[in-house]
Amino acid sequence: MIATRQELQSLREACMRAAKAESRKILVCAGTGCVSGGSLDIYAALKQKMEAKGIPCEVELAMDPHEDVVGLKKSGCHGFCEMGPLVRIEPQGWLYTKVSLADVDEIVERTMAKGEIVERLAYRQNGKIYEKQEEIPFYQKQTRKVLEHCGHIDADSIYEYISIGGYEAFEKALFDMSSDEIITQISDSGLRGRGGGGFPTGRKWTQVARQKATPKYVVCNGDEGDPGAFMDRSIMEGDPHRMIEGMMIAGVAVGAEDGYIYVRAEYPMAVARLSNAIAQAKKLGLLGENILGSGFNFNIHINQGAGAFVCGEGSALTASIEGKRGMPRVKPPRTVEHGLFDKPTVLNNVETFANVPTIIKAGAEEYRKIGTETSPGTKAFALTGNIVNTGLIEVPMGTTLREVIFDIGGGMRGGADFKAVQIGGPSGGCLTSAELDLPLDFDSLKKVGAMIGSGGLVVMDSHTCMVEVARFFMNFTQNESCGKCVPCREGTRRMLEILERIVAGKGREGDIDLLLELADTITNTALCGLGKTAAGPVVSTIKYFRDEYEAHIREKRCPAGACAKLRRIHIDPALCKGCSKCSRICPVGAISGTLKQPFVIDPEKCIKCGACIGTCPFHAIKED
Amino acid sequence: MAMVKKEFMTIDGIPVEINGEKNLLELIRKVGIKMPTFCYHSELSIYGACRMCMVENQWGGLDAACSTPPKAGMQIRTNTERLRKYRKMILELLLAHHCRDCTTCDNNGTCKLQDLAMRFDINDVRFPNTAEKPLIDDSSVSIVRDQHKCILCGDCVRMCNEVQNVGAIDFAHRGSKMTISTAFDVPIAESPCVGCGQCIAACPTGAILVKNDISKVWKALDDPKTKVTVQVAPAVRVALGKELGLTPGENAMGKIVAALRRMGFDEVYDTSTSADLTVLEESNELAKRIADGKEEMPLFSSCCPAWVRYCENKYPELMPHVSTCKSPMQMFAAVIRENSRNSSRKSVHVAVMPCTAKKFEAVRDEFKVDGKQDVDYVLTTQELVRMIKESGIMFRDIDPEAVDMPFGTMTGAGVIFGVTGGVTEAVLRRLASDKSNTALMSIAYTGVRGMEGVKEARVMVGEKEVRIGVVSGLKNASDLIERIKAGEHFDFVEVMACPGGCISGGGQPFASSAEKEKRGAGLYSADKLCNIKRSEENPLMMTLYNGILKGRVHELLHVHYHGAKQEEN
Repeated sequence: MIATRQELQSLREACMRAAKAESRKILVCAGTGCVSGGSLDIYAALKQKMEAKGIPCEVELAMDPHEDVVGLKKSGCHGFCEMGPLVRIEPQGWLYTKVSLADVDEIVERTMAKGEIVERLAYRQNGKIYEKQEEIPFYQKQTRKVLEHCGHIDADSIYEYISIGGYEAFEKALFDMSSDEIITQISDSGLRGRGGGGFPTGRKWTQVARQKATPKYVVCNGDEGDPGAFMDRSIMEGDPHRMIEGMMIAGVAVGAEDGYIYVRAEYPMAVARLSNAIAQAKKLGLLGENILGSGFNFNIHINQGAGAFVCGEGSALTASIEGKRGMPRVKPPRTVEHGLFDKPTVLNNVETFANVPTIIKAGAEEYRKIGTETSPGTKAFALTGNIVNTGLIEVPMGTTLREVIFDIGGGMRGGADFKAVQIGGPSGGCLTSAELDLPLDFDSLKKVGAMIGSGGLVVMDSHTCMVEVARFFMNFTQNESCGKCVPCREGTRRMLEILERIVAGKGREGDIDLLLELADTITNTALCGLGKTAAGPVVSTIKYFRDEYEAHIREKRCPAGACAKLRRIHIDPALCKGCSKCSRICPVGAISGTLKQPFVIDPEKCIKCGACIGTCPFHAIKED
Repeated sequence: MAMVKKEFMTIDGIPVEINGEKNLLELIRKVGIKMPTFCYHSELSIYGACRMCMVENQWGGLDAACSTPPKAGMQIRTNTERLRKYRKMILELLLAHHCRDCTTCDNNGTCKLQDLAMRFDINDVRFPNTAEKPLIDDSSVSIVRDQHKCILCGDCVRMCNEVQNVGAIDFAHRGSKMTISTAFDVPIAESPCVGCGQCIAACPTGAILVKNDISKVWKALDDPKTKVTVQVAPAVRVALGKELGLTPGENAMGKIVAALRRMGFDEVYDTSTSADLTVLEESNELAKRIADGKEEMPLFSSCCPAWVRYCENKYPELMPHVSTCKSPMQMFAAVIRENSRNSSRKSVHVAVMPCTAKKFEAVRDEFKVDGKQDVDYVLTTQELVRMIKESGIMFRDIDPEAVDMPFGTMTGAGVIFGVTGGVTEAVLRRLASDKSNTALMSIAYTGVRGMEGVKEARVMVGEKEVRIGVVSGLKNASDLIERIKAGEHFDFVEVMACPGGCISGGGQPFASSAEKEKRGAGLYSADKLCNIKRSEENPLMMTLYNGILKGRVHELLHVHYHGAKQEEN
């Protein structure tokens, strides 16, 4: 328990000393991706093997540093999930990729005992071996600020966080700055909400600080729900204290004594790490009553969401915390005036809060050095789809799509042609090769009708059907709509219905116009952000790929060859010898004919399974 | 005195002064424009879900009028091409997921969806109908739900929760799978529903309707071997006229009596008569309690079956404090049963009530004698209107008639039972020691009259000051109960489940709040026209107490509820 500022400072010095002494470290990635790849087993095996080998290893940060100790840590997500499970070796900075249990012996024998690199575990690209993590192209082009410590410290240890300067910003805000000064720094930094809307954080805090009603609340939106997005999850799992520190600073700034973290129950590891982090902070006296003797009280509570995408909407989120059905309400009044429990509330997302300590510590001016004029700072993206390097990345705002996809992402998988990228998840839109040089920032994207959203990037190649992409996202939105307002509930139901029939080859003339008419109504009349943006993927795919829609509707053809129901399989009569093999394998009896005469496929009965194609000894069955 | 600066905004080019209106909708109504809405009710919280009341502001942005506060300088248009386009699309979307059997729907002609679809000229629905067949829950004796006529405006949910504090229904599921459901989707009869029917009054479509008992009554009327008697509750007479060509709130009792006779009812009575019995019995009970002076808790009225059921569900511990008096309907039914005990014909007794909960009261075990209900069928005002129309009776032209003997005398005290505060006023008239006209009139001014949901009064009964609470709307009732539990003292509390009392009953034809007030006023003027004002002065009472009721007062006029029981049908 630390009761004063001085005690925190001494603790920090001790932690720093301990961390310095622990120069040799093995960091096993314990992000969700690597854990599902078996990294926890690797961790256990490493520990066992090292102990057997007599190499002293410390799981906790040792406060009584002695020279030969090796730190064995479970770290947060390194981001390079494609290559997981990952193991980082310090002080060399080596990154071992795709590590398996079978590699443990060699890592201990060679790397830990002799200090040699296990070369076969290092990352290779285009024949080149990259020993050090920072040299790998995937990392080289990134600017990791918010994710700076993700993968480098033990996410379960508050001492490690303190050892790298953690809670210094909070200490500064608490003792050296007035509420106005904190908010001015945040405003001057130009920090904008990373949850999607890009609303200036400083303005939000100012509005809450101005409210007379008490108590006030600080709420962190950890209800990341876009398909394929996991930026916030990685922060919560990999560097939970950073986000908590951000919330505490917000508490000091607006005069709140309670913080709530709303996190999806589907993120059990994030919940566990956050709970642990809060418990540690409480135990140390960084959370609770009269923190560090300053008179400031702050507590943080965790609320687990039951997995509704709409609960990422502010008023639905606060309703859910209150125990009500997660449904957005009409605004005004806004959350800053009447938020949680009808009280003034600062509501920001995980990544936004994680930016706060850096701004307070380094100052607004320093913060603005990265990013663009209107969108300073960095942005984390989850890179998924048909791309070589999937994973979690962080780049300065204003980085182009080309740099993200081709430099960091390593280009298209299997050398396929780039077709489009879906940005902003189900609320966003798609961008095509024409926008590859578009800077990724709030305003540039808005201009082309897309949005940064929370930061999901789904990269698609020429084998992706854009109508199907639109259907996929519409299906998601329709299922996740709360059902409250008519345009969203009924409109998305009808849009989905139309998209389903188009990909099934049953599209009608006029369907595109009807889709656009529905989109117009929903976008302009829906109650909340989910509804207002629900039509985004449909509108942008129609804008850029109208011909694909038309091919589906008019020619009953999927240009990408992706829509199963539009496959056409026929028997070439010139090649068919009438052996009947195909008709015997057909599961639905769609093929008939007379022996030694060419057989035919009844397209009405055919389910396009393709079983006949492989079975024909004469290669007479073709698909077009 | 400083001048208060007036603030103006512009609606469709017309400058309008802002005068404390909470939202644009209220202000738009001031300029004579009726905006299309489904989910707006001034007495419920703002929901903002139907999106029909969107208006266009001077910057081309759209705002929902129901949830946007007026601001000085605002310029809005309520009817532009864009708005019409969106409204039409919303209606089309609603119709696409709506059972469109309008011609066979009980709400045909009074349906808001039908009305707006006509107003907006929707003549084609381009989407397949996903709610073609009805999806019915008719487990309750009071109400019938058809989910496929539900447009999910949530009016019933907010009524049930906010005004009635019953919470029998709420939203379930998401997206297009959203429904309004009881907890765990049990049939409504197994839910905490009290049958008050306020959800029917709030529902803009035919998704919640009165359980229809018309055909059973016609069958009884058509049987020559059956004697059919009927009683008509006070609140009915002032509520059905508007539907049949009279002015809202007009007292149509005489015409109702005439119409019922033509329809074939053998004997027609006025429930006001038995309300006098209730007044006498309840006054006795209250007087005894006051004299005893032992009771901490007040005596609660028991006329309203929805309230009784609510109390059984939520406050079972308070049931001993609910008056043991049967409701006027059940008292009358018991008396009529005894009166025709020796009749050779089979007898059926019908009650015409403003109330859907009365249908449940009639089937309660406590009111069955040898397994037979005292009231065989309860018809709501809505059903009576339907039957009168079906009979082809030209209601406006029919000459009024008087009710039958031997139970044909009633008092003003009984008539005012139909409005909140009426029961209390009638009891006070009975208990007042000063029987002068001035004293009578002063009772009216103690604070018991008026449409407010919570009224309190202190009156002298003998030497003692008595504190009285009058509440309507079950949320108000539960708020008052919480105050009492926290230590406040009341001697008598009148509870009516429906806001404003029986004049706003769930079985009444739809009415605006202004029309409901006219109904109340109609009952008070009926009271004025009665030559007898006090229940104890009704000469029939003496006859009854010396006759049918002799030695059987407790058996015929009082009841002990067994507690919350599921209704059977």
